Amino acid sequence: MQTQNSKLSSFFSFTKDPKIRNFREKIIAISLFGCGVFSILVTIGIIVTLFSEAIAFFLRPEVDIVTFFTGTNWRPLASKISPDNFGVRPLIRGTMLIAVISGAIAIPLGLGSAIFLSEYASDKLRSVLKPLLELLAGIPTVVYGYFALSFITPILKQVLENSFGIKVSFFNAFSAAVVVGIMIIPMVASISEDAMRAVPRSLREGAYALGATRFEVSTKVVVPAALSGIISAFIIGISRAVGETMAVTIAAGATPRMTLNPLDSVQTMTSFIVQVSFGDAPAGSINGQSIFAVGATLFVMTFVMNIVSAVILKRFREVYD
Amino acid sequence: MNLVSNIQSYSINFHENATIIRANQLNIFYSGKLVVENFSLQVPKNKITALIGPSGCGKSTVIRSFNRMNDIIPGFSLQGEIKYQGKNIYSSLEDPVRIRRQIGMVFQKPNPFPKSIYENVAFGARINKYQGNLDELVEYSLIQAALWDEVKDKLKESAYALSGGQQQRLCIARAIAISPDILLMDEPASALDPIATLKIEELMWELKEKYTIVVVTHNMQQASRVSDYTAFMSLDREKIDARVGVLIEFDETTKLFTNPKLKETEDYITGRFG
Repeated sequence: MQTQNSKLSSFFSFTKDPKIRNFREKIIAISLFGCGVFSILVTIGIIVTLFSEAIAFFLRPEVDIVTFFTGTNWRPLASKISPDNFGVRPLIRGTMLIAVISGAIAIPLGLGSAIFLSEYASDKLRSVLKPLLELLAGIPTVVYGYFALSFITPILKQVLENSFGIKVSFFNAFSAAVVVGIMIIPMVASISEDAMRAVPRSLREGAYALGATRFEVSTKVVVPAALSGIISAFIIGISRAVGETMAVTIAAGATPRMTLNPLDSVQTMTSFIVQVSFGDAPAGSINGQSIFAVGATLFVMTFVMNIVSAVILKRFREVYD
Repeated sequence: MNLVSNIQSYSINFHENATIIRANQLNIFYSGKLVVENFSLQVPKNKITALIGPSGCGKSTVIRSFNRMNDIIPGFSLQGEIKYQGKNIYSSLEDPVRIRRQIGMVFQKPNPFPKSIYENVAFGARINKYQGNLDELVEYSLIQAALWDEVKDKLKESAYALSGGQQQRLCIARAIAISPDILLMDEPASALDPIATLKIEELMWELKEKYTIVVVTHNMQQASRVSDYTAFMSLDREKIDARVGVLIEFDETTKLFTNPKLKETEDYITGRFG
């Protein structure tokens, strides 16, 4: 190893020449710049493709942009192509149904784990628990989908259908939302915990010195002080739920429906995109373009949510500086 | 482990009824390392007791033991006892939360909560399920802390809008709003300018009517101005590398500053050491 190293260094000894070193620095700077520009260019490329196809879709005579956003029927594959069959609201409804339920699961559990990790756990325990929690985020989403289908749905059917006589579809929004909720717990917990750990220790001491219990310190001082960061964690988690694809495609079904019943089968925006992409809709056809219109709508929704969270985060920073 | 120090020290005793805290032979450790050794002190009731000494001699560690604030520091442990109301506050039967409601604390750096001025003062009362009139309590506490006139028109504004000195007086108001017996002050003026410092010192004089005050300061002029009794701590010279804090001399402030019993105290107060 030693000899190899010395051979290598003698081989590259020309880099020690001041002129070439300078040149090398330049190359390094340029390639690093290239790395940064590459991802920006790809993002711009995606946005341009997405919106140009979406605009092409809206310019078609068979669709109407107002009906698209207000219509309650989504039947793009129907034999009769009319604007009435291109109302995106059932897909948005399905997406939001899953986002709301998964948020209702992930927010309390995520915040609870964040409070435990930040305020209760010893350093040692945290150093074990936090990576374990983040392991949840490393499970492929397709696994979550089959977990919903093969574990949660049967339990749901057993409990609700057999015991209470409530009808549960085999594909249903609730099972999908449960696994999406579990999926985003680590994200909500991790970002909230970071925000809570950023609260200066002096504030905790101030509260302890007034006779606050650990729980009062957590809920009345640390959480309010970190609230902006925590809310931004919620929004990032929800926007992840909105964009989640594989688990909902597998578990929630493919029935665009204006429903608020989570035990029905629904279709989300992402699972519609998957459905059409796996079919044989030719490029440039109305179906091929419809997925770009749906995708662009989804993009705008999550983009707005991310901007909102960035604005809230910025406010959060001002509190301590 | 031999924890009995051979260091020469001088201390005075009070009648049982005149003391409020009795620390007996404290040995304090952080992560197993001894930081304060064989510390005994009787804190007289309704007086101001100052703890002075060079940096790192354990003054803050000692004062933070008086209301179990050190409990929240991982690795902290204490041997010996601290008696308050006849009970050892470090006994396993005692609840640190209850002790802190009776022994309040003001910190070196003003640490108001990022809430309104009103909510800062009301915080302790709210968590204690205070039954009385909260508005009156807030006004009374702010008057006691000599801050009312400056903030009465902006109680709903953020505490962060106040100056450093005002923030510190707000923290004092917050501490006295839960009507403690004792106020511990850990270098309460060291982050403040001279005018704000003077206000805090005047305030301490007024507060000692109602409360017992223990104040840590590294400013000897401040100790001699405000305190009735002074305890001088220093590092144990026999094991200077270990940096172990010990009590050297405890006496009436006037006696300690004009006629110290020990040479080490004299060296410190005349500026030959520290």
